[in-house]
This record gives sequence, C-alpha cells and structure tokens, in this order.
Amino acid sequence: MTHFSAMSLLKNALTGHKNWREQWPDSQPKAEYDVIIVGAGGHGLGAAYYLAKQHGITRVAVIDKGWLGGGNTGRNTTIVRSNYLYDESARLYDHALDLWDDLSQDLNYNVMYSKRGVMMLAHNVHDVQSFQRHIHSNRLNGVDNRWLTPEQAKAFCPPLDISDRRRYPVMGAALQMRAGTARHDAVAWGYARGAAARGVDIIQNCAVTAIRRGPDGAVTGVETSKGFIRAKKVAVSAAGNTSVVLQSAGLRMPLESYPLQALVSEPVKPIFPCVVMSNSVHAYISQSDKGELVIGSGTDQYVSYSQRGGLPLIEHTVAAICEVFPIFRRMRMLRKWGGIVDVTPDRSPILGKLPVPGLYVNCGWGTGGFKATPGAGHLLAWTVAKDEPHPINAPFTLERFTTGRLIDEAAAAAVAH
Amino acid sequence: MLLIHCPYCEETLPEAEFAYAGEAHIARPADPMAMSDEEWRDFLFIRSNPRGTHFERWRHIHGCGRFFNAVRDTVTDKFQMTYKAGLPRPDLSAMKEAAE
Amino acid sequence: MSRYRIPGKGRIDHSRAVRFTFDGRTIEGRQGDTVASALLANGIHLMGRSFKYHRPRGVVSAGSEEPNALIGTQRGGPDRFEPNTRATMQEIWDGLTTESQNKWPTLAFDVGAINDRLYMLFSAGFYYKTFMWPKAFWDKVYEPFIRRAAGLGRSPTLPDPDHYASRNLHCDVLVVGAGPAGLAAALAAGRAGAQVVLVDEHAEMGGTLLSEPQLRIDDAPGWEWLASALAELSALPNVRMMSRTTAIGYYHENMVGLCQRLTDHLATPPAAAPRERLWRVRAKQVVLAQGAIEKPLVFDGNDRPGVMLSGAAQTFLHRFGVRVGDRPVVVTVHDSAWHAAFDLAAAGMKVAAIVDLRHHVAPALLRQAQELGIEPLPGHTVTRTSGRLRVASVRVASVTGSRVGAARRIACDAVLMCGGWTPSLHLFSHTKGSLRWDAESGAFLPDRKTEACHIAGAGRGLWGVAAALEDGAKAGALAATASGRASGPGTFAVSGDRPGSGVVVKELPTDGNPGKARAFVDYQNDVTAKDIRLAVREGMRSIEHVKRYTTNGMATDQGKLSNINGLMIASDALQKPAPEVGLTTFRPPYTPTSFGAIAGYHKDDHFEVTRRTTIDGWADAQGAVFEPVALWRRARYFPRAGEDMHKAVARECRAVRTSVGMFDASTLGKIEVVGPDAATFLERMYTNPWAKLQPGRCRYGLLLGEDGFIRDDGVMGRLAEDRFHVTTTTGGAARVLNMMEDYLQTEWPDLNVWLTSTTEQWAVVALQGPNARKLLEPFVQGLDLSDAAFPHMAVAECTVAGFPARLFRVSFTGELGFEVNVPARHGRALWDLLWQAGQVHGVTAYGTEAMHVLRAEKGFIIVGQDTDGTVTPQDAGLSWAIGKQKPDFVGKRSLMRPDIVAPGRKQLVGLLTDDPTTVLEEGAQIVADPSQPLPMRMIGHVTSSYWSEALGRSIAMALIEGGHDLQGRTLHVPMEGRTIAAKVSGVTFYDPEGQRLKV
Repeated sequence: MTHFSAMSLLKNALTGHKNWREQWPDSQPKAEYDVIIVGAGGHGLGAAYYLAKQHGITRVAVIDKGWLGGGNTGRNTTIVRSNYLYDESARLYDHALDLWDDLSQDLNYNVMYSKRGVMMLAHNVHDVQSFQRHIHSNRLNGVDNRWLTPEQAKAFCPPLDISDRRRYPVMGAALQMRAGTARHDAVAWGYARGAAARGVDIIQNCAVTAIRRGPDGAVTGVETSKGFIRAKKVAVSAAGNTSVVLQSAGLRMPLESYPLQALVSEPVKPIFPCVVMSNSVHAYISQSDKGELVIGSGTDQYVSYSQRGGLPLIEHTVAAICEVFPIFRRMRMLRKWGGIVDVTPDRSPILGKLPVPGLYVNCGWGTGGFKATPGAGHLLAWTVAKDEPHPINAPFTLERFTTGRLIDEAAAAAVAH
Repeated sequence: MLLIHCPYCEETLPEAEFAYAGEAHIARPADPMAMSDEEWRDFLFIRSNPRGTHFERWRHIHGCGRFFNAVRDTVTDKFQMTYKAGLPRPDLSAMKEAAE
Repeated sequence: MSRYRIPGKGRIDHSRAVRFTFDGRTIEGRQGDTVASALLANGIHLMGRSFKYHRPRGVVSAGSEEPNALIGTQRGGPDRFEPNTRATMQEIWDGLTTESQNKWPTLAFDVGAINDRLYMLFSAGFYYKTFMWPKAFWDKVYEPFIRRAAGLGRSPTLPDPDHYASRNLHCDVLVVGAGPAGLAAALAAGRAGAQVVLVDEHAEMGGTLLSEPQLRIDDAPGWEWLASALAELSALPNVRMMSRTTAIGYYHENMVGLCQRLTDHLATPPAAAPRERLWRVRAKQVVLAQGAIEKPLVFDGNDRPGVMLSGAAQTFLHRFGVRVGDRPVVVTVHDSAWHAAFDLAAAGMKVAAIVDLRHHVAPALLRQAQELGIEPLPGHTVTRTSGRLRVASVRVASVTGSRVGAARRIACDAVLMCGGWTPSLHLFSHTKGSLRWDAESGAFLPDRKTEACHIAGAGRGLWGVAAALEDGAKAGALAATASGRASGPGTFAVSGDRPGSGVVVKELPTDGNPGKARAFVDYQNDVTAKDIRLAVREGMRSIEHVKRYTTNGMATDQGKLSNINGLMIASDALQKPAPEVGLTTFRPPYTPTSFGAIAGYHKDDHFEVTRRTTIDGWADAQGAVFEPVALWRRARYFPRAGEDMHKAVARECRAVRTSVGMFDASTLGKIEVVGPDAATFLERMYTNPWAKLQPGRCRYGLLLGEDGFIRDDGVMGRLAEDRFHVTTTTGGAARVLNMMEDYLQTEWPDLNVWLTSTTEQWAVVALQGPNARKLLEPFVQGLDLSDAAFPHMAVAECTVAGFPARLFRVSFTGELGFEVNVPARHGRALWDLLWQAGQVHGVTAYGTEAMHVLRAEKGFIIVGQDTDGTVTPQDAGLSWAIGKQKPDFVGKRSLMRPDIVAPGRKQLVGLLTDDPTTVLEEGAQIVADPSQPLPMRMIGHVTSSYWSEALGRSIAMALIEGGHDLQGRTLHVPMEGRTIAAKVSGVTFYDPEGQRLKV
C-alpha cells in the first residue's frame, strides 16, 4: 500500500501521477474464507479492516451486489455525532467518535472528519426538556453537549433566524462540538484500501442469493451469482437489504426498509459553519467542503426499495430549511437522491449474534448509520472474531425485542432522528 | 407522489390523502395471554419487509377515513391492487393464471 | 451597435437598447439578449474563473447546460441576489446587476490562478492523500483553507422578499420541450382535442428551429412555420403553453414537476407577482422531447475563453445576431459543425479552417467549405490551444492511424468544437426507465419504460428536423390516443434540413504528453482526462467511483456536457465496453431550481397552520405569552405589568388555590364514542374497567400501545349506556382516534360503535378553586350542582349561560373544579360571561404553566413529559387504573414481558430538594453516588420540576430505578459546578387525602 502524504503527492505530481497504484484490487471469490461479510458499505468494509488489523483474521471476503460504498454509505448527509440519550447509545456512538478522531491517520486516508459542531434546535417546551435531558445525560456519560440560548445559537450559526416572527421560534439549542461531518466516500475507500492491503478480498458485483446452513443449523457459506463460497462465519451488514438476505437463512427480522431522501444546493462560498438539526421542523443542514448545502429530513411514509421517495417530502424539507434559515430561499437545489434505510421499532441498531451458529448481523441503523461507521465496523469485527459481543454492543441484541428491553431513542425525542 | 385507489371511494387519488398503515394481514392474536414471548414479539415487531410484492395497509385519512389493504411492489412502487379491510390475502398466482 | 452584433440578424429587438452591469461595468445589449449574448456582442468572452484552478473561462454553450459562465445576479438590493445564475439563460433588463464569481480581486487578474500553476499537485482526489499531518492542522488550517477555496458564487445573506406560487394540474398530454419534435407532438395531440400542456425552458419556443432559419417547412420559411404553429397552438383552448418553464423532475405515476420563471426577465415585475411557480402536473401521457446536447471535444486547452460548442456559436448567430469572433476555427467529428461553419461564414466571419478527425467527410461538405473560402482539414486533430484570457491559436496536426503527424499553428479568436450529440434523457432517467448503450452513436438511448411516456426526436437519437417533426407527430398522436383522443400523426414537408452524422471519440489524438495535458472533461469541476485515467489507475472501476473520485459530472450542470466523455475515457482506460463501466443516472431537478419555488406557499404564516381556540382572542388581548403545543398555540401565562413568568405563574397558582381560576382547555382532544358496544370497545382499548361506569360519571382513562407503554390519557365521561365523551391529550388527539379506528375497522369490525372527532366542536372552560361552584352555579340550568347531587367525577348535560353544555366535575388541580363544554362557537361568549361574573371572586386567568404546576402538586402525570414512550402503568404508579378482572386490553400482554416485570425499572416518584428554594432542572439526571468519576451510573431523571406556591418550596417528579422502594432516600443531581441533594417522596405533595375536593 503506497503511503499517502504530502511528500508522496509531491513526488507523484512531479512524475505525472503515473505511479499511483490501485487502492484495492478487483477480486474474484475464492472457494473458502474464514469470514464472509455481506455488504461492502462503510460498516462492512470497516469490519473487514478491523478483523484483519486487530484480530489477525485475513481470510476474509466482503461481498457486495454492486460497487463498494454504493449504498447508504455513498448517499448519506455525512453527519457524525454521539449526543444520544440512553447510556447504551451514548456509549455506542461515542465509541465511534473516538475512532473517527484518529481515523484519517489510522487509515492513512483523509476522511475529512470535521469537528465543526452539531447543534440541535429546540422549538417548544418539550424540545427544551428533551434536550436538557440529553445534555445532562451526555455530560455525566462524558459526552460533550451543552445548552445554548437563542442568542448564543445565532452567534454560533449566523444564518439562523431567532426572531419571534418564525412559526416555531428557536427557544435554545444543544451543541455537541466534537461532532460534525466526514467525507462519506473517503471512509468506504479508506477502509477498502486498508482491508485489501491486509489481504481481504473485496468482491464487487456479486450478489449473495442465499445463506446456506448445514444439517446442524450452522452456517456453511453463501450462494452468490458467482457460485457458492464456503465460510463458517457470515456477518450480514446489508442495511436496507438485510431482511432479504437473512430470509434465506430462515430468519425474519424486526426491520422495515424506507426511502430516505437528501439533497444538495449549488455550491457557494463558506456561509454555514456547522451542522444544524431541527426535529420540530424536520430538517437538518450542513455545508460540504465543496460548498454545497447538504440537507436531509425524514423518511417517506411507505416501505420501499426504490430509492426514490416523493416530491412532497422534498417540498416540506426545503420549506423547513427556508423557515429556519430565510436567507437561503434564493439558493437553488442542485440534486436530490435517495437511499434505503432499515428501521427497527426502537430506532436503535441490532449488532450481534443471531440465533444461527456462525451468523452475525449489523443492521437497523435507520437514518443514522453513517456516524457509527468506524464503531460499527470495530464492534462487528470483535463480535465475529470472539463469537461474543463487545460490552458496547452487548445491549443491541435481537432478543431485546422479545424481552421488552428496547433502547428507544425516538420515543424520548418523539421524532425520527 | 403515489396514486392510490381507495376501494371504498372507488377512486384513484394522490398519496397526500392517505396514511401508510404498515404490513397487512397481521391479525391481533385472539388470545394474547396465551402467546409466548417470542410469538408476541412476532406480532409486535417481526415484519416481512420484502423486496418485491408487499401486502400492506393504507388509510384514506383525508377522505373516507377507512383502512384498506394493498398489494404493491416495493422496488417499482407500483400498486397491483387494493382491497377492502377484512378480505383475505389475495392469491396472486391464481389471479395471474386466470388473467392469462 | 456593438462590434460583434450583426444588423438585421437574430430574433432580438435591435431597436431597443438595454443596459445592465457586469462587475460594475455598464454593458449595452438588446431586448431579447441573455447576459451571455450581450457580453459576446460586446466582444467579452471572459466570464468566470474555474472552480479549482481558477482558469479564465468563457461561455461554452448557449443553454441551461452551461458549466462556465455562472454569474451572480441581483435585482435592486442585496435581498434579491442569487449566485450561480447561468449567463446563457438570464435575460437582460435595464438595471440588472451581475457579477462574475470565484475570482479575487478581479476577473482578469485573479490570485487564485496560482492553483493553475500548481495543477500537478491538485490532481483528482489529492485531498484524500494529504492534509493529515499534523493532525491538529486539519481543523485549524487545512479544512478552513479548502472550504474557502470551495464554492462558486457567494451565498445570499438576507431573507428573500419574493414569494413563490404552486399549483396542481391534470392534463391528457404533457409535452416537455418545444423544439420540432415537441411542437409536432403538441400539434398532433392538440388538434385531436386532448388537454395538452407544452413547456420549454427557454424564453422562446422553437428549439433547434431557432438556429436553422434556412429550413422550409410545409412550403414556408422555417421561422414563419414556427410562428404559425405557435399561433395555432396558442389559439387552441385545450392547449396550455408555458415558456421559461423547466420540467425539473419526473415522479411516480406520471407526475412531472415544472418550475415556471415568471419575473426574472422583467425590468419591472408586476407588484405582488410571484417570482416563480411550481407546477405539479399529473399527465395521462407524457411526451419527452428534450432534444440532444452537443458534446465538447477533449483536447489540451479546450477550456480557454473563446472555445465553445459549434452549435452554441450557431445559436448566438441566429437567435441573437451575435458573432462569437472574427476568425474562428472549427474542430469536429460530426457534420453538424460544418453547417454551423457555413452559417458563420455566410454571416461574415472568417472561418479559418474546419478540422475534422474523420478522414472521410461528405464531398458536398468539403465542396461547400472550399466555396466559402474555408480550409477543410479532414483527418486532422487539434493538439493544443494558446491564449490566456482569450484563445489565440490552435495547433493542428494530421492523423494517420494512431500517428499524429506534422503540426502547424492556426491563429484564431474562437474555437468551435463538436464532439457529437448526447440525447437528453434526464427526465426518463428519473423514472428509473432503463437505458441501452448504442455503440454506433456513442450514446445511451431509452429502453424499457416504467411510466406512460413517449420519447421523440433527438432525445432518442434521431437527427435532423424532418425526422424530429415526424417522430414528434407520431408520439403526440400515440399519446393523444392513449389518453382517449384518437388521432393521426400528420406529416410535414421539409427542405433545407441538415441532419448529418458523426463518429465517437473519447479524446482527440495528440502527440503531447497526456500526463500534462489540460484536456477538460468537466469544465465546472475542473476535471481533466488525465484525472479520469488516474482514477482508473487507482482502482476506480465503475463510473460511479470515477465520478465520485474525480467529481466529474457532479457540478451544477449534472454532467450534461461531461458524462459521456468521462465514460468513454474511463471505459477506454479499463478496456471495457462503456455499458459495463456503468450507466449514467440523473436525478431531479433537471436544472438547479430555487428553494423558494420548491417551498412554495409554505412560508411565514403559511409555513404551518397555527390552530387557535375560540377563546384565543381574549388571551391575546390580555397580553398572554403563548407556547406551541402540537399545532396549537396555548396561553402559557398571563403576565401583569412588571411580572416575569415566575411571578405570573406564582400569582396564578395562588389564585386558583385561594379563590378561583379560569383556564381554556379547548385544545384537548375529544372523541364521541357511540353505540351499543361503546363500553365494550373502550374496555378493550383502555386499561380501565368501563362496563360498570354509570351514566353520569366520568373516570381517568389510560391508553397503552400494544407494547405496554403509556401512549395517552384523559378523563372520559359516560353520558349514556351507549355514549362516551372521551378526552385525550392535546397533541395525541389525532393519534388516538387513528388508533381507535384501526382497531375498530380492522380488528373488531363486529362491534357496533362509531367514533367522531369532536375536538373542534367543543370549547372547554375550566373553573378551578374553592369558589368555582359559586362562580358557576348562577349560570347553570337543569342541574343541581351541590356536592351531593353532582359529586366529584360526575358529568351531565345541562344549560350553562343559555348554551347547551356538557358539564364535568373534574379537577386537574386538586381544587373543586368544573369543566364546561359548550359548542365551540359559544366559547368566547361563555368565557366573557364567566369572567365578568368572576370579578367579584377575584377570578384569575391561568395558563398552561400554572396548570402544569398545579397538577404536579397533586402528582398527576403529563403524558410525554413524565412518560417518554418507555413507561408502563406500573412504572408510573398507575396500576390502580388497570382493570384487574379484564382478560384483555391493548397492551396487557406486553406488561408480562420479562424486562417489563423485572425489578429495577424506572418508576415515577417525587423529589424534594434538601434546600427547598432550589428548583431542579427538568431533564437533570440523578445518581446515588455523586462522587463517582465519569461516566456516572445514572439511575433516573427529573421529569417535572416547579416552584410550588402552595407548599412554599420546590417540588419535582422523577423517574428513578426502583423508585417506589426508595422513599425517604437521599439522591443527588449533579449539575455543572454543583450537586443538589434531594429526597425521594411520594408524588402527591399537596392535600394527599384529597380533602379539598370534598366540598
């Protein structure tokens, strides 16, 4: 793996960039692996990387029906934060933030993790109570989150309108400074490069059609469009397609897949310094390093794998942005797109063992999976390597839906986050 | 915006008049207290979530207010049919054969 | 007359001068000009600086696909400024202010051009390979630098004063594009009587016809035919035509979004006119006639000002009467550029040469070139250009096989290039219709459709006006027939047509070093051919990866000029056929669309409805402070002069407990449950036993989800055997009714009961306090209000103040209380009468804040505040509300799940701070051991917390693990800077025996 640095960039610039090597090879499947990961998104590629790097397990294949990073990893609004309410969630996402902090250096790939701050706006008394609860819980969990008055919020983010004229005036905000954004494609490519350099096979354009189990019920491998591949351990990290993949293993999941749309504006010079999220008006916004305003909101109301969604949701989202930031009404929308998000009943992920020996799952991240990418990869690798969850992902079991021990972030915030 | 045919109003109308109401034919068990925790969990949370033909419910919330069922392809988002609440799950292959 | 304007040519009004400014300089153009055509008419080609390298750039196209000439435009003050406007689409008007972008200090001298010198460092994806060390520099140095360098125009900084409209429209046939194919389609469908909508993004309809004046159609000069076709369409009552209207997206079930620009081209917009209008069109049939977009050629220096598409030069000539230079060189692989050259020569430009990579060019073209004094150079390539702020020469060489031969320089002031044509399939792509690759034309063509649409003309790879007219007519006829209007297509007699053909190239052959060539593929994002090859070298094997790595095709033109060239270069580098490398997908909107148009009317007061009760006006006049609750606004408190919230609420609370207070409770949800099975239904829905509740009595009801967690609550009165008046929380009303309807319609359709929402039908005035009865009694007719006859939790129908009423004796405050329900239209009158009569008792209006305090003093929960979707009745201390004998109710089974019955669950208790003057913060967390290090083991949180006037101290409610067993225990609330100690108590702080009700 060529080391990336200013020096190597300069050297290659002087020699016409002829000597850069491929960041990952286009692998074809071998007959057998120790671990097969289904889904080459950020989480799956991350898991492969950590399996190789931290657990010395390199006979690993990451298989994707399309191009790596082409699913939600390439479609999200790049927000990274950990200001969740419940202890389990705070630990889960903050663990990811710890990994984000050093990720560029660790991967030797600039993922452009920008700690510019994520600010959640409170628009009514319930919001204030809810955010205060988050702030207190975060503080005592060692997660940074503090309360801002409307004036402080505006000072932090000048385009914000805090006047009384707004339909939902700002009553204050919760700010996590350690949070921000990262370049989504770079994360996928960085993990792919790092994993491939350590011997992992990344097999693209290869659909997993079924998970095979032996007479004792344990996993024996996967059927794919390129043939059967043996493995005693299979980890499914397929986001919106999880239900489909696991059905072949005889498992039905508490998941539903919805379209999630996002959009960008035309690029402009720096105007928006941080990330702002508003649950009450259902929209969130940041500005990419390229200058585009990146905007998202909630899912469309019906289950769908079409990655489309409807125009009305875009209208509401854009109207919400213009309501909170009236200076942007003359900006133009450049492009909108959609992904497929797998949602659990409590809006918290499932990351752990499945009731099939050798089968593991990482799913249910809903609209909030990107921020957890390094953490999910690390924890999935751990769980697969040790055949036991790490303490951090131990609460996020499939069993919690039977026992009633849900980790219901949405209930507390009364919103899809 | 989807167009949905309300089987009660007998009109095809825009999605804005309707609210999605989850997977269809998940009947509330007749005797919940007799169910195991796993069975109860299945009722509460386990869903088919298919990539393809989906039996689901909608409510004509800004219209007649009735719940009804639908068959829709979750990849193309196209509706195959809608039918009134209480009717059994239609046998799609039989219908297809009959049409051919 | 500007130097490059040709008198008598073009369709602009030569007699009307228009003056606008560009970078502070006054430019004169003509009515009908765009900013681009006016600048060109004045010989100005330098219009911008490129994104990364800050290279000088001029206009490349004449349409909405323009990637370079993006300007800031402003009408009047800075509140009507927008960035990134295409100079090729912005029509000029007197007083228009425009500015170039991405340069400093000036367009001609931009320090950013240093990036161009360092271009070898700034290869594709360079930022992924560096800026990582030292780590701290990323946030403080590198990223701010990247962000400042990024972006094109500058953001608006003031709220937009304009407003935007939106409409829905149904039609039989929507025709997108009013070039020859679209016009023919509209004529066919319109003549058949179909309801037709015809849209075009340009100010003038006609498309290609506007640039081909030599045509004769049906025995008339092309432009005359055009005028009469437009007149005929315009006169048809069933045809609606909208120019300056872009079809921005094609959505499910034949819905197409249109953005109509209404005023940006006007010097004086009509007062109160919307700036733009968004149309949501539901068409039975759609005809896509979007035409084809010309492709640039990829060669070193193909981006200098003066290098543009040959068709653009032809358009500037015929539409605007503008010569793009004195001495152009044409470089092409397609016949169409030859015809453009001939037109330019005929208009007086000295076309120095036509360089065509093809060895075999139609003899007729060669002949015509020679006749016009143009040097034809078939079998030649362009390897380089020169000139910094304007192109000055091309380097031309012969090509034999793969060998590039001897070269020579040809001086020029414009280079007109044609790499062929790309059918414009953007809207088709939105529908997820499939595309197939046509190797011969080097283009994607539409394949399988998912919607009811027809694609016609150049948009599906047919060249020439005759073919487009015929194809459009067929499509229009098919569409009309399919929508119920039988139609035949009709025919056209066309002469002077110049269809032509060409070949496909990825790049022009060169003898230069490909590793150094500045051969641009994506102009706006400064992506060169070598960037794409670099991406492939680095393992990017799909067009998606190549796109994202290089940012090719991701600029504001969405790859209209760059996608195919990029794909061809990538597939060549991969040695794979183009479709294996990937399909180009397009996403709405077709061209960038203002947020204002998309947001439409949802602005300011119309952003979201504000629901108000019929009594709201009184509160408003009293100077109440309001808070949003769901979609309602509710009076939170009624401050008198000099009072803050704390003082006002304290006064309101005191008044209720000492005399009487009045409260507007109209926002509470109300549902009328009627029928023989009404009680049975409620038995199944709510936790409580209802069957034995006598008519004339009411009870506090608790509603769970099937997961066992509290969803809603409210007092429910039984008016008769078969009639219940159910109340819900303000925010939960619609949800509760929806849930009830779900069960009734789909689980228990056999029950004979029906539900009606009556939230808006009843106004509710609550009277609470020891003097409540005294105040109310004189107004009540038909009911004995004494304690014996009308005890606590009774309900009756009667007359109050002459209005028909439902009267509840209920108390959310713990004082003697009544809630008077009258038809909403009488709410205000009732309030006024009671208020008047109450003066003698010192009646006080109280708001939601005081209401919250008073109920907390009694330990009553607020769903959504003391519960959060994870709280069961047992957790909340409401087991008494569960009917123990009931075999089933919604949520009952879930209450038996292992983690629901396990010990250690969070339970609702009271908290009394050791220091009675300290009021805890709602949301504060609770720990047993305050001295533990972080992360602390939190055991609960404060849900409600207030100063209690009645008790003269603070009170709080909290959810604490195992709280019911912690009575009297001291726990700690760690705040920033201090820790507050508090003792666990019961939740009923005030009058725990309920004596105050026994009056």
